[in-house]
Amino acid sequence: MQKYSVFSLVKNALSNHENWDLAWKDPTPKNEYDVVIIGGGGHGLATAYYLAKEHNITNVAIIEKGWIGGGNVGRNTTIIRSNYMHDENALFSEFGMDLWRRMSQDLNYNVMFSPRGIINLAHSDAQMNTYARRGNSMRLNGIDAVLLNREEVKEIIPMADFSQNVRFPIFGGLMQPSAGTARHDAVAWGYARQADDMGVDIIQNCEVIGFDVSAGKINGVRTSRGDIKAKKIGLCVAGSTNILAEKLNMTLPIETHLLQACVSEPVKPVLDKVVTFGAGHFYISQSDKGEMVMGGDLDGYNSYAQRGNLPTLQHVLTEGIAMMPFLSKLKMLRTWGGIMDMSMDGSPIIDKTHIEGLYLNCGWCYGGFKATPASGWTFAHTIAQDRVHELNAGYSLNRFNTGHLLDEKGLGTKTWIS
Amino acid sequence: MLHIKCPHCGMRSQNEFSYGGDATVKRPELGEEISDHDWDNFVYNRKSLRGKHWELWQHLSGCRQWIKVQRDTATHEIFKTLKANEDIS
Repeated sequence: MQKYSVFSLVKNALSNHENWDLAWKDPTPKNEYDVVIIGGGGHGLATAYYLAKEHNITNVAIIEKGWIGGGNVGRNTTIIRSNYMHDENALFSEFGMDLWRRMSQDLNYNVMFSPRGIINLAHSDAQMNTYARRGNSMRLNGIDAVLLNREEVKEIIPMADFSQNVRFPIFGGLMQPSAGTARHDAVAWGYARQADDMGVDIIQNCEVIGFDVSAGKINGVRTSRGDIKAKKIGLCVAGSTNILAEKLNMTLPIETHLLQACVSEPVKPVLDKVVTFGAGHFYISQSDKGEMVMGGDLDGYNSYAQRGNLPTLQHVLTEGIAMMPFLSKLKMLRTWGGIMDMSMDGSPIIDKTHIEGLYLNCGWCYGGFKATPASGWTFAHTIAQDRVHELNAGYSLNRFNTGHLLDEKGLGTKTWIS
Repeated sequence: MLHIKCPHCGMRSQNEFSYGGDATVKRPELGEEISDHDWDNFVYNRKSLRGKHWELWQHLSGCRQWIKVQRDTATHEIFKTLKANEDIS
């Protein structure tokens, strides 16, 4: 594989950039693989990469109905963080932060990781107490957390509404300075390019039609491009999880919902942090192009539409304007939607299933993008070793049955339904 | 914007309603002995399929009645609405 560097850039510039290698091949599916990963999104591509890199399993296929990186890895708001209170979430995410910090070097692909920090705003004394508790939990797990008072927040984000008599005054906030953003497409492409180089077949335009299961074991998968045998199959399909689960006669603690995001027209640099509103559900950052990148609540009813409805967008942006009034002057450039695999306790599932050789990776709710490397790493371990790693032990499928829920917000079932 | 025909009030905008999830899920009978598995299915497990979906909505800013709506989860087309006590046929 051609290494990407300033020298290769100069060399290829001399030949008008006409001689670059293809970043990944377009292979015809073989009849059999050691492992088949269904879903060519960030998590699926990362899983294949870590199967090859960490476990020397290279006879692997990724099968993707559309094109790689066309789902949620290309539709998110690119936020990367590990500001969780519960140990399971905190340790998993912080493990991921380490992978993020090394990712551009590791993949020889600039994912533009920008650890600019995230601030969760607090709008009451009670919320400050909650953030102090969460911040302390984070620090006990080795994650950086800083509790900011109102004046300190004002120093950092003076464009937020600090005027008197507002409905949700800013009392302070919890900051994770090491959190940030990355270029989401580059993450998918970087993993794809390296996985392909190590022998993984990336098979696009290949839809799963059914599964070959006998005597409680998985034997293969039926696709629109023929049957493929495999003793191990990993499902990594986010919002399409329920569709594939039905083909396996499984009913999962997952509902598929639509989440929207939007960007404004580009403006000069104004915001160098990720900021979340504490009195509702709204988050914002500024892209390198200058667009304000914003998102918030789900549309609120089961949806596979991959595009959103205006009432939710209006609701979300009303919160945004309450937090940062200058946003009302900006024009909207683009809005879009992605379908989320919302788990019933708001935490993901990375586990084996009752079918031998079938592994499940789903339930990422709002936080799938930042989990990409840690999810791929632990899912690869789970598949290769046929047992969960301690980092994803808490993300079991049967926790809903046993009552060991991972309810980060302490709000009970379906925390995401308003 | 969805437009939902409330069986009590007629066609209204989505803004007047709140969502209540899958309408086919039945709470296990009170006082009956049930397995953890059945309870798990009732509380957590959902089919959540692409296509026609019977779901509950409440006409929160209208008559406040719960209603049943059959909607396509991919196109948002609404086929039928029923009162809460009417059976899905």
